[in-house]
Formats: sequence, structure tokens, C-alpha cells
Amino acid sequence: MSHHVVSWKVYLGVFLALVALTVITVWVAGHDFGEFNLVVALGVAITKATLVVLYFMHARYSERLTHVVIASSLVFFAILVFLLLTDYVSRPWPLSPVAS
Amino acid sequence: MAELAAHAGEAHHPALQHHFVSLDQQRAASTLGMWVFIAQEILFFGGLFGAYTVYRTLYPDAFSAGSHHLSWKIGFFNTLVLIGSSLTMAMGVYSAAIGKSKAVVGFILATILLGGVFLGVKYFEYGEKIRPCLGDGPHTGCLVPGARFDAASLHLSGAEAGHVQIYFSLYFAMTGLHALHMIIGAPILLTIAYFAWRGRYSPEYHTPVELVGLYWHFVDIVWIFLFPLLYLIGHH
Amino acid sequence: MTSDRKTLPADHYLKHGWDLKSWLLTTDHKRIGLMYLVSITLMFAIGSLYAGLVRWNLLVPDGSHMSAEAYNKAFTGHGVVMVFFFLIPSIPATLGNFLIPLMIGAKDLAFPRINLLSWYIYIVGAALTMWALLTGGLDTGWTFYTPYSTAFAESNVAVAAVGIFIAGFSSILTGLNFIVTIHKMRAPGLTWFRMPLFVWAHYATSIIQVLGTPVVAITILLVALERLFHFGFFDPNRGGDPILFQHLFWFYSHPAVYIMILPSMGVISEIVTCFSRKRIFGYSFIAMSSLAIAAIGFLVWAHHMFVSGMTVYSAMVFSALTYLVAVPSAIKTFNWTATLFRGSVQWDTPMIYVFCFIGLFLIGGLTGLFLGNLGLDVHLTDTYFIVAHFHYIMVGGAIMGYLGGLHFWWPKITGRNYNESWGKISSLLVFVGFNLTFFPQFVLGYLGMPRRYHAYPEEFQILNVLSTAGATILGFGYIFPFSYLTHSLFRGEPAGPNPWGAKGLEWTTQSPPTTHNFDEVPVVTEEPYHYAAEGEEHARG
Repeated sequence: MSHHVVSWKVYLGVFLALVALTVITVWVAGHDFGEFNLVVALGVAITKATLVVLYFMHARYSERLTHVVIASSLVFFAILVFLLLTDYVSRPWPLSPVAS
Repeated sequence: MAELAAHAGEAHHPALQHHFVSLDQQRAASTLGMWVFIAQEILFFGGLFGAYTVYRTLYPDAFSAGSHHLSWKIGFFNTLVLIGSSLTMAMGVYSAAIGKSKAVVGFILATILLGGVFLGVKYFEYGEKIRPCLGDGPHTGCLVPGARFDAASLHLSGAEAGHVQIYFSLYFAMTGLHALHMIIGAPILLTIAYFAWRGRYSPEYHTPVELVGLYWHFVDIVWIFLFPLLYLIGHH
Repeated sequence: MTSDRKTLPADHYLKHGWDLKSWLLTTDHKRIGLMYLVSITLMFAIGSLYAGLVRWNLLVPDGSHMSAEAYNKAFTGHGVVMVFFFLIPSIPATLGNFLIPLMIGAKDLAFPRINLLSWYIYIVGAALTMWALLTGGLDTGWTFYTPYSTAFAESNVAVAAVGIFIAGFSSILTGLNFIVTIHKMRAPGLTWFRMPLFVWAHYATSIIQVLGTPVVAITILLVALERLFHFGFFDPNRGGDPILFQHLFWFYSHPAVYIMILPSMGVISEIVTCFSRKRIFGYSFIAMSSLAIAAIGFLVWAHHMFVSGMTVYSAMVFSALTYLVAVPSAIKTFNWTATLFRGSVQWDTPMIYVFCFIGLFLIGGLTGLFLGNLGLDVHLTDTYFIVAHFHYIMVGGAIMGYLGGLHFWWPKITGRNYNESWGKISSLLVFVGFNLTFFPQFVLGYLGMPRRYHAYPEEFQILNVLSTAGATILGFGYIFPFSYLTHSLFRGEPAGPNPWGAKGLEWTTQSPPTTHNFDEVPVVTEEPYHYAAEGEEHARG
């Protein structure tokens, strides 16, 4: 099992990146980019989460099994959302909760 | 067999539990256990995020109206606080790995402090929305879903008045569950800080610090998604 | 061949204290397995009493034996107790807990204290739920559908929901423990493809427990929140969607049925190979099919919802996926059958349960294919056809496997043999009673008798009476093993380490095992199930 010690400079760098990304997402939210607002919001959040997982949580330096565990949970979460949406998205537009 | 011989010296390490063959095995198992626990937490919050996805898709305007009512500045501040607490937590783990016990205690206490700031702010945010609902009277500005919910304060009526209650149901459920995880984390962090202060951890053995760090970072990640999804819908 | 008189070993795990503290504070996976055994047996008895009430009411068509409200509480109590407090924990918490460390050559599970915690959590959840059921009851069905459960039911919904929520964490922690144990604590030489199939089955089950249970946990919590604080997640008046509840509920509850059957399939794999004296056919196919069932099982949940109001396009997607999930189950059935072929079959009680399982699971599984078909499901859903289908799998499948496993490993767990004649008699009683109870229900369902109705058209009475008669026989069938197994604890002859002549690390230890299982870490060099070639006699014990 690796006893790899990550340098504190990496942590500081990740922290600064997270702060910067937070500023970006707030700035974008203050302007109207239409659908793109959501894309940026999610994209930034995913990037921030990835940085936390890889560096703060040491996933970058962990065994492959750790990656499999993380990936599995995300895959099954995606299955939940995706298959849920097959119902809601195939309802008549404009969307309402009750299928016709 | 060779592994057993190589780790023979560890047989008397006070932290080694009897059913494990070596500290390495114990550490690998504990770490995997925490990751599996986090995987389950992802699905736990995932149910809420799934419901959120459905309802935001159905009621984008009501969600937007509800979101505009939240203070993005407070959310922004709290996000920075929590990211900061993740930094101090990571520094705590780092300090344990290089054997600086005092620094471990300091960084964990800083983490708890920042967590406390976050929760204090949340208490204030919740209070604003819940206080108008209490007692008798007109309940103007009450934002707790239910009979006393004041949709007029959001300039909504009709069907939208109902839809925005779903937004606030999700707001309270998601941030409430998140806050609960922080409240549960605090005494655990305190316990680890205490053990660190008593000199229990070393570069050779500091797994509990690592594990509590994993938990705390996960709680931070949940907020990383909650902030834009609840506070930054649409544009201002 | 004469067998030498065997004696119980001088020191074993049951000898280390008999006081309450030695049990309630134990971290020995074997003792925890036994504590679970006692607890789930009690819950099974309670669930059976509820079943008795249901079947008693259905003796007469006019529902005059009890009010409709009482009937709703009876079938709900039966479902809640049997699903959450018997079937889900059954094999994993009892046999899994006991055997997995032994099968992989470990001294305990990875997290013994979490194992004990999971039992306490189970007890708290069970106590709370029973309190809810007994003081006022629950009438929503075990499925808690909204908006009835959130807005209209006048029974103990919130408390029962919290009780089940708590019990869910017991399941999650058990799964977590097994996953880590299997990954990190296998003995040297025990590669993945040398592991017993029982362990593979529990690995797959644990994945479902860890990934699926949290979703139903949060969903049930939302129901409780809506009931207590009037949040609006599922309230149509505010734009909430009751169908969303069903989606979130079944996202877990369908994979949950695989939690209930996979361990049983693991048991069948172990027994069929031992009692055919032949290496199991298609080991890697069976191992991989367990994982496939776990994964694909997450993709089919809305087949419980075809008539709910979800769109037909979504229903088509789920129907197609449902046909896919049948494939790995079928693969297992073919492999077990192929194992029997040219084997030297020994007709002991565990093997009788194997045959029961294979036949009844086949019927249950095939009827599932009927139900996966959209057109047929419109006619059959919410009828007794469904009730019969899932009881064939849950009782004809899962419980037969559970009983088979209990008998197979009883000598290892207790150090004593049970009375084999009683074992055979009881298994036949169970088989006859089971079929008499549930086969008529296929007919009733096809003829249109709805489920969860406390009264029914007169022409259905004969079949209902037959079903109740069958249930009575089945009840006796279950009481007998309880009696003779308990009796064997005091009077059974000592079994010795390996009464069945089975392969597997657990059979290399004494019966009962010592507290630490193995004095030296075993090293595995052989392939699993390396039974002698067909036709060779085996030496018992």
C-alpha cells in the first residue's frame, strides 16, 4: 500500500483553483447565457469535485479498486437519473407530471 | 507467507487488530471500507438529486423564482468557508503523515471551526425562512412548505405557488441532510483531534485521520453541487 | 464403513462464555450470525402469523372474517416483516456472516465491531417497526405508495418508515463489510476464481445492498418528512408526482429481490456440487452471472410500474431490459442441471431442497417473463398472478435455499447432526404445502382476482380454500425444522469436521470452529470443488 505523501503545495494549489472556479461560477450565474448557464454551473461543479476527489481525497494516488468504487457509484447514480428521465422526457410537452 | 514474515515486527503494534495480518492489510481494508461507505452516501444524496433533476425539468420557472430568493452572497461565502475547511482537513492529514501531531490537532480544530461558521450561517439562513411560520399571525415570508407557505412573497400564485413549494422542500431536505452530515462529523473530528493530541498517530499509523478526512471532503463535494443547483439557477 | 464415535471438540467458539455480555458484546462473526439467526427466526414467525391472518380472511368470499381496514393492516404487516426483516437479512446475516471468513481462510470479517453494530441497528429498526405495526398498524402495503401513504393513510406510516429506514443501514453495513472482507482478507492462494460460489453470490449481493438501499432509505425518509412536516415531494396538489415515489422506491426494491435470491443461489451452488460428488459445471459462468444479475437488476425497476401512469415509451425500454435480466438466472439453472448430469446424487435433506429450489425457481422465473411483457402485464398486474410469481421465487426459491443451507451447514455451526429422517419428511411437507398454497394463485390471478382485496367473487372460493389449506401444511412444514434443529442442539450426535465429505475451507476446521477459526493462515493451492471423478465412492466424515 503506497504511503505516498502529497506535498502541501499541491493542496494549496488545489484550494486556490477551487476558489477561482467558485468565483467563475458565480460570475457566469450573474449573466444570461441561456441554457449555457446550467452547462457551466454543472461543468464547474464537476471540475471542482474532481479536484477534491483526486487530490484532497488522494484518489490520484490510490489503488485501482478505489477508482472502481467511485466510478460504480457514479454510474449507478447516472442510471437512476437517466432512466428516470426516460419517463419524464417522453411525457407530452409542455411537461407536466401527469402523462396524458 | 513472505508477507507474514515481513510484517512480523508489526505483530505488536498497538493499533493492529487481531484479525488482520499486517498494518498494511488493516489500512487497505479500512480505506476501502470508507470509500464503499462514501459510495453509498453518493446514492443516498443521489435520490434527492434525482428528484431535483425531475422537478427542475418540470418546473424551471418556479425553481428559478425560488432560487432568486436565496442569497447567492451567503451561499458564495459558505462555499468558500467549506472549501477552506477541506484545505485545513487535507493539511491535517498531511501533518499526520509527516508526524507533526500538534499541527494535526490545530488543523482539525480549524476544520471544526470553519464547519461551525458554515453551520452558523445556515442557522441564520434557515431562521429567516422559518421564523415567519411560527406562532399566529399572517406568516408573511414563511418559506417552509405546507399550509403556512407564503407564495405571495415570491410574487407567485396559482400552480407556480405549489411548484415553488417543491423547490423549497428540496432546498430544506438537501441542505438539511448536508448540515446533518456536518453535525455528525464534528464530534468525530473532535475525537480524532483528541487522539492526535494524545500522540496516538504517527507516519506509520494515522488511518483514522485519513478516513475522517475522506468523509469531510465528501461532505464538501455535496455542497459543491448544492450551491450552484440551489443558489444559482437562471441568472440574477 | 463403520464410523468411529465422534465427540465435540474440547474448545470451540460456543464455549467462550454463555452470559449475556459474551453475546451482546461479542465481535465474533459466528456468534453474531447466530444472534441474527434467532432474530430473523422470530421475525419470520411474526410474518407468518400475519400470513395466517390473510389466508384465514380469504377462506370466505365476503370478507366477513375481518374489516377491510384490518385486512389492509394484515397484508401490509406480512409484507413489511417478511421483506425487510426476514428475507433481506436472512442468508447474508446468518450463513453469510458465519461462513464467509471461514470460506476464505480469515479469522473474522474486516470490521467485526461494525458487524455487531449492524445487528443492533437491525434490532432497533425491527423494534420500532413492530411497535408501529402493533399500536395502530400500517395499511399502505409494504410498498408505501403515495399519495395514500403521505396524505390519506391514518396508520403509523411515519414511525414504520423510520423503523425500516434504520433497518436499511443494517443491510448497508453488512454489504460493506462483505465487500471489504472479500477483497482484502482472502487467504494466500485464494484467487478470485478459486473462491466458493457462495462467496461470489454474497459479493454480488453486497454490491446491491450498498448501492441500492440508500435510495430507498432517502425515499422513505421523504415520505416521513411529507407526512410529518407537509413537504410537497409527492403531493399532486402542489405539482408533486406520486409516480416519482414509485420510481425511487422500485429503484431499490427491484434489486432488493436479487438481494433476496442471490445468496440462496450461492447456497444451491455449494450443495449441488457436494451432493453430486462432481465439480460444478461452468464455475466462471455462475460466478459472472451473479455479477450480471446484480448489475442488470438495477436497470429494470419500472416493470413494477407499467400501469402506473408512466409513459409507454419508458415502459418499452424497461420491458426490453427486463428480458435481459432473465438470461444470467437461466445460465445458473442450466449449469446446476449440468452438474447433476452423470453425478452421483446423494438424496440428503439439503439436496432435496436444491431440487425444490430448481423446479420452483424455474416456474417463478418463467412467470416473471410473462409479467415483463407489457400487454400481458396490463391484464395480470395487481392480480394474484403477481402474488404467486413472487412467492414462487421468494419462498419456492429463496426460502428453500435458506433451509437447504441451514441443514447443510448445521453440523459445522453447532457441531451436531440433525435427524435426517425428520429433515426429509419436513422438506416434503414444505414442498407440498408450498405448491398447494401458491399454484392456485396463478390460476386465480389469470382469472382476474385482484390482490390486496379483502373480499372476492364467489367463484374464486374453492381455489382460495385450497390455498389456505396449503398454507396450513406449509406452516407445519416450517415448524418441524424449528423443532428438530433445536432438539439437535441438545441431543444431536457430534458431527465431526466434515460429515458430508464436502470441499471448502470451512470443512477443514473442527465442528464447531474455534473462536479464531484457523490457528494458522491456510494456503490454498487447489481449484474449488475438486471432488473425485464420477463413480468413485466417498468416505463419509
